[in-house]
Amino acid sequence: MAADSKDIAISAQGINKVFNPGTDEEVIALQDINLEIEAGEFISLIGPSGCGKSTLMRLIGDLLQPSSGDLLVNGKSPRQSRLDRDYGMVFQAATLYEWRSVTKNVQLPLEVMGYASDERQQRAQAMLDMVELGAFANHFPWQLSGGMQQRVSIARALAFDPSVLLMDEPFGALDEFTRERMNLELLKIWDQTGKTIIFVTHSISEAVFLSNRIVVMSPRPGRITEIVDNTLPYPRDFSTRSDPAYIQLVARVRDLLRDAIGSDAASSEGED
Amino acid sequence: MTLTGASKAPSLRGRLGYYFPTIAIAVGVILAWEILVVMFDIQQFLLPKPSAIFGEFMVQVNLWLAPNERSILFESSGATFWEAFGGFIIGCGGGVLVALITSRWTIVSEATMPFAIAANSVPIIAFAPIMNNWFGITNPASKMAIVAIIVFFPTMINTVRGLTLVDVSQLELMRSYAAAPRDILLKLRIPNALPYMFSVFRVASALSLIGAVVAEFFGGPRATLGVYITQEASAFDFAKAWTAIMMASIIGISFYLVVLYLERRLMPWHVSIREAG
Repeated sequence: MAADSKDIAISAQGINKVFNPGTDEEVIALQDINLEIEAGEFISLIGPSGCGKSTLMRLIGDLLQPSSGDLLVNGKSPRQSRLDRDYGMVFQAATLYEWRSVTKNVQLPLEVMGYASDERQQRAQAMLDMVELGAFANHFPWQLSGGMQQRVSIARALAFDPSVLLMDEPFGALDEFTRERMNLELLKIWDQTGKTIIFVTHSISEAVFLSNRIVVMSPRPGRITEIVDNTLPYPRDFSTRSDPAYIQLVARVRDLLRDAIGSDAASSEGED
Repeated sequence: MTLTGASKAPSLRGRLGYYFPTIAIAVGVILAWEILVVMFDIQQFLLPKPSAIFGEFMVQVNLWLAPNERSILFESSGATFWEAFGGFIIGCGGGVLVALITSRWTIVSEATMPFAIAANSVPIIAFAPIMNNWFGITNPASKMAIVAIIVFFPTMINTVRGLTLVDVSQLELMRSYAAAPRDILLKLRIPNALPYMFSVFRVASALSLIGAVVAEFFGGPRATLGVYITQEASAFDFAKAWTAIMMASIIGISFYLVVLYLERRLMPWHVSIREAG
């Protein structure tokens, strides 16, 4: 897989993030985060609410700035990487612009980045074909189901060929069946494009199914408990979920999360 | 409605069926009005019969259509419409413009909003005599000014809201594209503000006609609806006064419908969502 490459996509050393420092509402969101991600890896950040997984993703994407520590993306500052348009972002809500058709939504980043009209249309169609929505180019967002909207949002994130895909619980609002199908599609897209993917989730099964490494985090203060290597072979499919190695890994991540949270909350957080 | 068959005929019948209760109520109210006035022998200065009002209206229509005659009612309607329309364009245009300028700097819009909201609670119509003094009592500008001020503040407030109440994720998306402020304004903030703007334009279309007619009550040229109503009422010709009220209603409703039509043309996505949801 693409993870064989030895280029470092993201390097975090001693990252701390404190919200409202020096006030009564001071929150240590992240404490001493050390993480190195190679180009082409599929990394899941998993942990209970308040563990800072989204905050870490947002630091990488330059939507927030760390309070201290060194963070490099493709050897540059996150800000420079953002200005270089290295990031494709997918949020939990599809956040499509309701006044734009599906193809115009996918073309939005291309318009902003000054691509010519021909190339915009061509790329948008190619991306929509990839997420199997080629026939829906002229539909409007409200005419699509939640899963389809999220696929448009993924097509939009990939349209300008960014090197890093940041996904913040992208399938969290979908039903279990749709979510599993989206998981398969995302692996296919990852295989085709070789992007580095940072995937925030609170679903253990999703994290184990998708990623080659799972970063387990714990709250108050948010920190990395353990980084689990996932050696389940790709390509993965529906049968992967009944593989004993998969089931074992799910159990292991659940144990790690239980330790991280303290026994009380684990059962409610670790659904799969 | 059935799914089979040609679409035109059933859809027309469906539409008639949809509007039938509304039409029935309108006809019923007018009939009841006519019958009650006759039954209780209500004096015409209290409430004229609809048939009498309609008779007066037809007199004016004939005057209007005759080559060498003038209809004061229709001249008045035209004059009042232009005052309302001019004030609407100036006030709404100004409101949108000021909103666009102030929203460019968050500090400015946050500083001006309390004043706009306070001004919006002031009965601006009370300034009508002052405007008559400033612009001249027979100058249409005095009525346009009142209308413009009335619609300016709600337009500005709603437009600022539409420009600033943008979904955070949609803004972050733009940030991740390293989008220029101009792109964020044109591709996100303004489309986001359009539904806010049109909801205030719909209210402003009605407000502008109310503002113009009431401002004319404080005095104006002979051929305006407000003056027409006050003069015919003080001359005890109430059927005539009511024809002017009727014209004001027709203009107000038409104005509203035009704004509604423009909204549908400019924002098909929004109207469809509203209807689907």
